[in-house]
This record gives sequence, C-alpha cells and structure tokens, in this order.
Amino acid sequence: MTVLSVSKLCKAYGGVQAVCEVSFSLASGELLALIGPNGAGKTTCFNLLNGQIAADSGSAEFEGASLIGRKPRQIWRMGVGRTFQITATFSSMSVRENVQTALLNFHGKLNSLVSLAAYQYRDEAMQLLTRVGIAAQADRPCAVLAYGDLKRVELAIALANRPRLLLMDEPTAGMAPTERVALMQLTAELARASGIAVLFTEHDMDVVFAHADRILVLNHGRLIAEGKPADVRANRKVQEVYLGSGAVYGGAHA
Amino acid sequence: MSAFQERQNEPDLSLSAIFVQLLNGLAAASSLFLVAAGLSLIFGVTRIVNFAHGSLYMLGTYTAYSLVQWFGGGIFGFWGAVLLAGLSVGLFGALVERLLLRRLYHAPELLQLLATFALVLVIRDFALWAWGPEDLLGPRAPGLEGAVAILGRRVPEYDLFLIVLGPVVLGLLWLLLTRTRWGTLVRAATEDREMAGALGVNQAWLFTSVFALGSFLAGLGGAIQIPREPAVLTMDLSILSDVFVVVVVGGMGSIPGAFLAAVIIGVLKAMCIGIGNVSAFGMEFSFSKLTLVVEFIVMAVVLVIRPWGLFGRAQGVPRGTASVEPPLSLPSPGMLKALAAALLALTLLPLVSDRYTLVLLTDILVFALFAVSLHFIMGPAGMHSFGHAAYFGLGAYAAALLFKYALPMELALLLAPLAAGLGALVFGWFCVRLSGVYLAMLTLAFAQIAWSVVYQWDAFTGGSNGLVGVWPAQWLSGKTAFYYLALVLCAGGALILWRILYSPFGYALRAGRDSPLRADAIGIDVRRQQWLGFALAGLFAGVAGAVYAFSKGSISPDTLSIPRSVDGLVMVLMGGIQTLTGAVAGAAVFTWLQDTVARQTEFWRALLGGIILFLVLVFPQGIAGFLRERWEARAGKRQS
Amino acid sequence: MTARRTFLLGTITLAIAAVFSGPAAAQNTIKIGEMNSYKNFPAFLEPYKKGWELALDEINKSGGLLGKKVEVISRDDSGTPGDAVRTAEELLSRENVSLLMGCFASHVGLAVSDFAKQRKTLFIAAEPLTDQIVWNKGNHYTFRLRPSTYMQVAMLVPEAAKLNKKRWAIVYPNYEYGQSATAGFKKLLAAKQPGVEFIAEQAPALGKIEAGAVVQALIDAKPDAIFSSLFGADLQKFVREGTQRGLFKDRPVFNLLAGEPEYLDPLKDETPAGWYVTGYPWEQINTPEHSKFLAAYRAKWNDYPRLGSIVGYSTMMSAAEAIKKAGSVDTEKMIAAMKGMQMDSPLGKFSYRALDHQSTMGAYVGRLALKDGKGVMVDWKYADGAGYLPSDAEVKAMRPAE
Repeated sequence: MTVLSVSKLCKAYGGVQAVCEVSFSLASGELLALIGPNGAGKTTCFNLLNGQIAADSGSAEFEGASLIGRKPRQIWRMGVGRTFQITATFSSMSVRENVQTALLNFHGKLNSLVSLAAYQYRDEAMQLLTRVGIAAQADRPCAVLAYGDLKRVELAIALANRPRLLLMDEPTAGMAPTERVALMQLTAELARASGIAVLFTEHDMDVVFAHADRILVLNHGRLIAEGKPADVRANRKVQEVYLGSGAVYGGAHA
Repeated sequence: MSAFQERQNEPDLSLSAIFVQLLNGLAAASSLFLVAAGLSLIFGVTRIVNFAHGSLYMLGTYTAYSLVQWFGGGIFGFWGAVLLAGLSVGLFGALVERLLLRRLYHAPELLQLLATFALVLVIRDFALWAWGPEDLLGPRAPGLEGAVAILGRRVPEYDLFLIVLGPVVLGLLWLLLTRTRWGTLVRAATEDREMAGALGVNQAWLFTSVFALGSFLAGLGGAIQIPREPAVLTMDLSILSDVFVVVVVGGMGSIPGAFLAAVIIGVLKAMCIGIGNVSAFGMEFSFSKLTLVVEFIVMAVVLVIRPWGLFGRAQGVPRGTASVEPPLSLPSPGMLKALAAALLALTLLPLVSDRYTLVLLTDILVFALFAVSLHFIMGPAGMHSFGHAAYFGLGAYAAALLFKYALPMELALLLAPLAAGLGALVFGWFCVRLSGVYLAMLTLAFAQIAWSVVYQWDAFTGGSNGLVGVWPAQWLSGKTAFYYLALVLCAGGALILWRILYSPFGYALRAGRDSPLRADAIGIDVRRQQWLGFALAGLFAGVAGAVYAFSKGSISPDTLSIPRSVDGLVMVLMGGIQTLTGAVAGAAVFTWLQDTVARQTEFWRALLGGIILFLVLVFPQGIAGFLRERWEARAGKRQS
Repeated sequence: MTARRTFLLGTITLAIAAVFSGPAAAQNTIKIGEMNSYKNFPAFLEPYKKGWELALDEINKSGGLLGKKVEVISRDDSGTPGDAVRTAEELLSRENVSLLMGCFASHVGLAVSDFAKQRKTLFIAAEPLTDQIVWNKGNHYTFRLRPSTYMQVAMLVPEAAKLNKKRWAIVYPNYEYGQSATAGFKKLLAAKQPGVEFIAEQAPALGKIEAGAVVQALIDAKPDAIFSSLFGADLQKFVREGTQRGLFKDRPVFNLLAGEPEYLDPLKDETPAGWYVTGYPWEQINTPEHSKFLAAYRAKWNDYPRLGSIVGYSTMMSAAEAIKKAGSVDTEKMIAAMKGMQMDSPLGKFSYRALDHQSTMGAYVGRLALKDGKGVMVDWKYADGAGYLPSDAEVKAMRPAE
C-alpha cells in the first residue's frame, strides 16, 4: 500500500534549484534511502516533507492528504514520526518522560493541568523503550545518555504516535560503526513488523546498501536514479556523481 | 469649532523649528549611542546582560567632574579629564570582568545579571560616599561654550560637537571591528561563540578586552555629558533603561543598529517635545508627556515587527555552559514532609511571634508568590521576563480600583487576578513570538507602557500618587487574620504553580524550552503553550499583587515599575533558577535582607550589594540549589 | 564547604533571633519613629537628618520631655509606599514609638498618612508637598509641616500678576507635584489677571528632561513669561540650556523651589539672575531665632543649613511640642494638642491649623542674583503661609468628613 507519494516537488533559493521536480512513492513497511553528495538537496527535500519549509510547487501526499503547507506539528498529527540528524530530546526529563510526553500529546492529554504526568502512560512508554532496547535506562536523565542511546530514545519518541511513516534525517550520524548497523537493523525490524514506511537520508553507504529496500539518488536537486540497491550501485550516473569517493562500491569502510 | 480658536495658541512648528529640533535629537542621540555601543559589544561577545552599565556611565560623569576640578580648566584640562575618565572606567570594567564575572561564566544562565545588579547597589553607595549627595554641575567645555545661530535659533556649539562625535565614534568602532584581527575575533564571537572558541581564540583575554572597551565607552559617554548635565546619584538607572532600549531596538551586538536606534529615539523625543500640546476634536493631547514612555513604545513596535531588532540576527537563548538542568523529579516523601512541616510552622507561627514578624512574613509570602510565578515562566518555560511587575501591579491596581469603585474587598481580591491574567494574555501573545533577551525586553516595554498609563491617568488610577484607603474588610483587618489570608492565597498559589509543573501541561512547557524542534515534531504548539504559561504566571502574579494592595492599604505606580520587576529577577536568581523552591528562598532572603540591612548602616545598599555578590560567588547555583545539592549528597551517602 | 555551612547556620540563627527578639520596652524614654527615603533623595535628606538630630540634642539637653529622654528611631523607607508602610508598622509594633514623622515623596507620604489613619497613630508629614495630604485625602491623624505646592505657588502668583504678562509658557516635571503646581498657577493667575493666556506646556519626565529640545520648544512658542516647577538635575540642565539658547533673555521666569540651597547651590556661577523663586536665603536671615539656629547648626555639623535642615529641625520640634503640650503620648491627646498649636521655629512663629492640620510655616519669596560666583536670593521677603491658603469654606469642601 502506498503511504507517501511525492510528485514534481520543487524548491528554489534565490535562483538555485535546491529541489527540482522530485517524484517518488513509498509503501508501508518499506525502507527508502535518500542519498546524494553534499548539497544535492537531501535536507531540503526532507524538510519539505516534514513541514520545516514550504514547497514552491509540486505535491506530497501522505495517505491521500497533502503535506504541503502544513506545520510540523500538524504533520505529526497525521501519523508521521521524525528523528533528527543531531538528536533533539528533552534534556531536563528522564528517558521515559521523554516518551511519556509524546504519548500524552498523542492521546490528547497534554493540556491537563491536573494529572501527574509522570504516572501517565508509563507502561506504554516502557513498551516502546523495550522495543528500542533501552528500557534499562528509563529513569536516567536524557542529558547523561550516550549518543547512541539518545538515538534510540529519539526512535522511541518517534514511534509514540504510532506512525505509518517515519522520516529519519541521517539516523546514524555521529555513531560508531557497530552501533550504526544495530540501529538500522532495529529500525528495519520495527518497520517491517508494524508496517511503517521509512524514508531516511544517510551518508554511510554501508548502512544504505545493507538496509534500504530502495534507494533514491539526488544530485543538484534532481532525482538521477531510483531503484533496488543493486541497480543503483550499477547505475552509471550514480557512479559518476560519486566518482572518486569509492563510497558507492561499499569498499570505503572495509 | 474650538480647534480653530485654539490654533493661534499652538506653538508654531515651522520647518526651521523642526530642523533645530532634529539637531537637538541628534545631539542627545550621540551620548546615548556611546553608552549603548559599549553595552551592545559586551552583550554580543560575553552574553552578559550588564545591569551595571549605567553605573559605569555614572562613574564616568563623576570621575570627569573630579578630574576637571583637579586639572583646572583649559582645553587640555577639560578634554584630558574626559578621556582619562573614560579610560579609568574602562580599567575598572576590566577589573570587574577579571575579578568577578570571570568566576561566573559557568554558572547557570543570567547569574551574571545578578552580580551586575549587586554592583549597581555598591557603586551607587560608593558614589554617595565619594562625591556626596549634592548634584555636581561641571563646567562647560572650553572652546565650545557658546552657541551658533542656526535659522534664527541659537544652538550650543557643544551640541554640534556631539552631533559629529557620534558618527565619528561609530566610524572608529567600525574600523576597529572590520580592519583589525581583534575586531574579527569580536565579530566571530558575537556571531558564534563556539566557533570562536574552536578557532583557538584566547577567550579570557577577548572577554576582558571587550569588557574594558565597553566600559570605556560607557565612561566616555558619561564624561562627555558634564557640559550638559550634572552628576547625580540617580543617573545610573535613568540611563540604563534607555540604553537597553537602544541596544535592543538596534539589534543586540550590532553597533550600526545601536547608532540608528539612538538617532531614532533621540529625534523622536525631540520631535514630541517640539510638537508639544495638540488639540484636535476638542481633545487635548500632550506629546511632551509622551516622552515618559516613547522609547518603550518604539521598542515594542520594533520588536513586534522585527523580533531581533533592526539589524540584529536570530540568536539562541543566553545560556551558561553548565546550564543543563537536572530532571524535575517528583518530590521525595522526605521533601514532602519537609514542605508540610514548613507549612505547619508557618501556620502555627502567629501563636508565638510578634505583630511585626507577621507583617514582614506577609510581605515575604506575597513576594514569594510573585517570584514563584516569575520562576514559572523563566525556569521551566524558558522565557525570561524583565517586566513581570506589570502583572503584579495590574493585580494590585485592579484590586484597589474594584474595591474603591464597586465591590466588597473579598470580591475585589478574588477578581483582581483576572485582570492581571488578561493583561498577561494580551502582552504575552506578542512576547512568546520572541526569544531570549528580546523577549525579556518586550516584557519590559509592555510593563513600562502599563506603568506610564497608570502613572498618567490621574482621574482613574490616582496618577503618580496612587490610591489610598485600600484596606481589608473588618474580619481581615487584624494582622494575624490577614497573615492567614496571605498564607492561604500565596502558599496556595505557589503550590498550584508547582503542581502544574508536574502536570502534562508543565511537561509541555519544559519540552518547549528544552528543544523547540523536538516539541514541534511531537505535535506540541510551543507558542501556544508558552502563551498560556505566560498568562498563568501573570494570573498568579496578580494574586500576589492583590494581596499586596490590601496588606499595604495603598497602591502606587511603583508596584509595576522596573525596580519591582528587577526585585523579582533578583529573588529568582538568588534562590536558584534551576530549583523549584529557589524562588521562595530567594524571596525570603532578599526581603528579609532588605528589611534588616536597611536598619544596620547608612550605606545599607552597598552592604546589600556586597551580600548578594558574596551569595553569587559562594552559591552560584542559588541558595535553594545549594541546599538541594547538600540534600542529594546526604541522601546518596545514606543509600551507599 | 565549611564556610558555606557556617554562613548558612549563621544566617539562620540571625534570622531566628531577629524574628523572636522583640526589643525590651524601655520605660524611661519616649520613642519617636522617623522614616524617610534617605537613599533616594540624599541631597535634601542628609541636611534634613542633621536638622532633626540637632533638635533632638537640644530637646534632650534641656531635660527631654515629660521627664523622659527622647529617642528617635530612624529608618530608611526605601522610597516606595509599600516598604514605607512596612517600616511604619515595624516602628509601631516592634519599637513601640509614640508617633511617626518624616517622609519626602508625596506618594509615600500619602501611603503613610493613610496607614496612620488605619492604625490610629499621629503622623507628622515633614516634606511631602502634595495638597492632597491635608485636603482631599486628609485625615484626623496627619499633620503636615511644609508649605504645600499650592501655598508656594500662591506666594509667587502676586508677583507674576504684577508683571501683567499675557502669554505664559509652563514647564514642570511630569508627576503630581508638577501637575498641581501648574494647575494651581493657572487657576490663581487667571483669577488675578483675566485674559492671561497659557500658550505652551512642557512636561518632561522627572529627572529625564531633554533640556535642549524643551528650551527650543519654549522659545518657538514665544512666551512673554515662564512658570517652572523644575528642581534638581532637571533645573540645572534647563538653566544651562536656556541660558545658552537665550530663552531667558527679556523673559521673566518664575520657578518654584529654585531658591532652596539644595537646588540653587549646584548652579554656582550659572545662577540665572532675576528669576522669581521660593527658597531659603539662610546666610541673610538675621532674626534672633534664625541666628541662634544657624550658630547651633554650624557648631554641631560644621556645615551650613539647607532647607532640609529647617524641615528636619522643625518637624522634630513640632513632635516635641505636641507631646509637651499634650502632657502625654496618647494619640488623641497629641492630636488635640497639635490642632492650633503655636510653634517657634528658625523661620519664625507658625501654627498648625485646626481646620486642615496644615502648618502655616512660610517660605521666602525673592529673586535670584549672582554674588561672588554663587547664587543668592535678593529682594526677598518671608511669606507667612497663613496668608496663602484657600478660604476655610473651600478647604472644608475638599476635606473628607471625619
């Protein structure tokens, strides 16, 4: 089932086409990677979908409803979860409270002045933390967590609204190589188990080729290739773009 | 119509008059610019909100006065004195940075503000001790004593000199900032502190030199005023709000912005004065009276339209490097017992204490709720307010007015906070669109606008004299009865606000402060939460204000003045902004200190300032913050 | 750590001690509570304090009152009504003072006056000039020493009317004192000189006058004469700019209070000659009562008196006289004693009116002149306050019923 369909998305900054006529679609349970060299328009494309910036033209529909022109918080309400390149968590809360806060809002209880937040949706939060494998850290302040664990907290927070689409900006940035694999493994399992569609940008080609079901390649704001990892790897245009980096051949990190 | 009859009475505001008023405005703008440029530099690089900047200006004027006396007259005597006064103040500023502020860079945010506030108190008393209480009118500038005829009007030569001096200093600063390595570093640090650190900049040296330059400019700005105005002990605070306005309107850290803002405000004031009284449609309006508040109106308008001032850029909240706040965990049974015991003690106290203790405690309770409500938005919601007294004062005035004009005391007391909440709802709507110091300054602007309305509206609010005869109902007129009323309302209010912080709404507030990005991404409308939080805090400040009005029997505009707002800030910071009970500790200690210290010595302000400095240095995390650390350390020991 | 702990313990001990230690009530002294905004208005109030301290010395040297020594408990009221009311409460309930005296700013004075009414305590307001304190907000418990804004304006108006100038410009600090002075001047002058016009008004914020612009605006209005109630730093800036720009050339200026040494002395050689002012020409007053005061003041303080010294001295003496005349420190008896009480003061005799509790102490009205590089008053006369008050009927109509 198609969850996200993007068609002819455009965004220009002062004459420079950051994103130009990008079209693609994404099905539930599928992991789609968005790659490209620096300045290719990945982040712009991402921010067009999550509501950070407004598109000049084109459409992006989530489950048939347009995402264009909506604020991030509205897009979240539609059932889209997000993680950030640099983790953004609530540092004055414990790990569990971070997730509880998201859950409270998901259940429409965040405006209550009366109930004790710390006792709301504890079990549900613990379940999510268990799913991402950091239940043991539930009571620790977010501020003291290791970076890899923070990424998992973000994932748990992003899952709180039972999303059908997960937008992950550089999910493994700043992590050790072994941690990267583990995190993406986890993401893939969660996506397949719950039928969540995942769109992620990524620098690490090992991660991309190991976990993506499909890959989109952007260059100068345009989509230059799309397909299964093996097809993309063999694509000449992609090889040109990445020429010299060697990254696309998966040998750089070996 | 009457408008025609009065036309002949109106001042003739010809083009030439307008031109000369323009010159007056520019002359006034120059010295304002010098002082503001110093403040802007200091803030830009060190992110210190320097409350003592007006005191540096005052020191400049006094020092220049003394030096001129000492050197004797003459061109060299005068200008040498002016320059040397600026330099000595610059040196003093460097010492302050090295000996005091340097120790506080790692303290929680805004703590340096508390230290500079203490300096204001100390310097004011030092000036009184050193120069005496009388106003000191310095000599005119040798060589520039006369006046030049311009369009048939006499304009002092010194004013023309000032008009030139402003742009010259602007040019010199511009050269310094763009053509020297030091200037490049200053600009880098202004734009991105961390990057400057990464560039291998010797930050300690950079901060000291910037503080010295900023202080020099403040001192020089004061020194060049001696031909225009006397050295008086109140000039520190009277210029402080003006330069803050200039810096914020221009955009913090922007020197050209400060210049433009100084010119706008200087000229606008001169024009208001030039226009004078205008009657239209049978109504008389005095533009001259508008000078009381015109700069704050300008600031409010500019900030609403441009949230970072004219030339400023978006910037983060000024946070200290060590400001990661520990999680707000539910109070332990031990803490709850301690709280209950404290409440019980307060309840039983009237049995043993004398009448005055109850009066003092009533004040402390009132200010505790005021401080807790301020902490509510400053701490967990991350919105620094420099104008929280507006809501305290609105509550107080609403109580007094409802009581005087219509309602029984009990009803007035209960309804008054709604007026404060409504005020906070209106002002807050604009404020939450801003962040950091800009937000703080917009709250200040609104508070000053509210103050000026109350101050001017004689027929309704009693004007500068305020309202008297606001006494509680018979059954509450005893000090014990009123103390219990204050205890119920203020302690109750504080408990409600604290309890709210543990509710989902409180979590949403903290979420918006910790990471607006993440809060937005989990569907939280951060602005809306902040807005409601602001209004709630205003409501409870209004409760404190209403209780205050009836405890004093009278009410005057100073309940919503800047000093009252600053008192609130001092209480919150002194107690520890990262600790929930900090505001209460701060309010208690500050109010008690003021009461006690004022009786001890003639120079009680300096003593109070000294005590605050001591507290800041010894307990940078605040009094309650320190106690909590001790508590947690002990609890930890017991566990192990 | 130990330093911190010691500090905390010390503080807590002190706090507890402060809370529970009521002062031992001394039986052999009469206590008088005095409060003022010493830190806010030191130029006026330091001499004021010296004044009442001198008076206190004299009282105690001559045997005190009712056979007891007199003690003044003096407090800084921090300059806000709220703190002042708390200070007053402390003086009453902890120090057990018999009466209150002092205050400078009008809004503080009014707050304390209303507090005195609530607590049924005698309050002698020393300096607050506001007309309200004895008239529309007057009360049974409050007396006021200084000639009010209205009275001082009234003292200047006869001279102003004599000049018969048609077009007047007015400048005043933008708060109640300046507003009342302006309203009073307009009303009184218009009554004496029908057809007079008030063509321009400037109301700079207190302490923040943009003197150049204000002076220019007044010049542009082309007035025949100027009435000002500026004082302190505002006055000095106004004088300097006005002189430089030629505002005062051929224009008579009337300025309330400008002859008081507190405000006149800083002007030094820039004193604008010819201005009509109220003030205190201390060095020229040769009455026996003033000479005696002057000698005593100089002997004790090695300084010359300002008007504040007179106010402080006379307030203290009024309190003493009230107690002496009442023969008791009972509030009602003291109030009864003060109604119509005759006083000797350095400025001569005056009395506290039974009608509105205003003293009839006067002020010196004269013109400014420059002598030996400093400002002095010339052609002055003492204007007895009794002659510059509205009719009894008017006062009764204003004053709330008791």
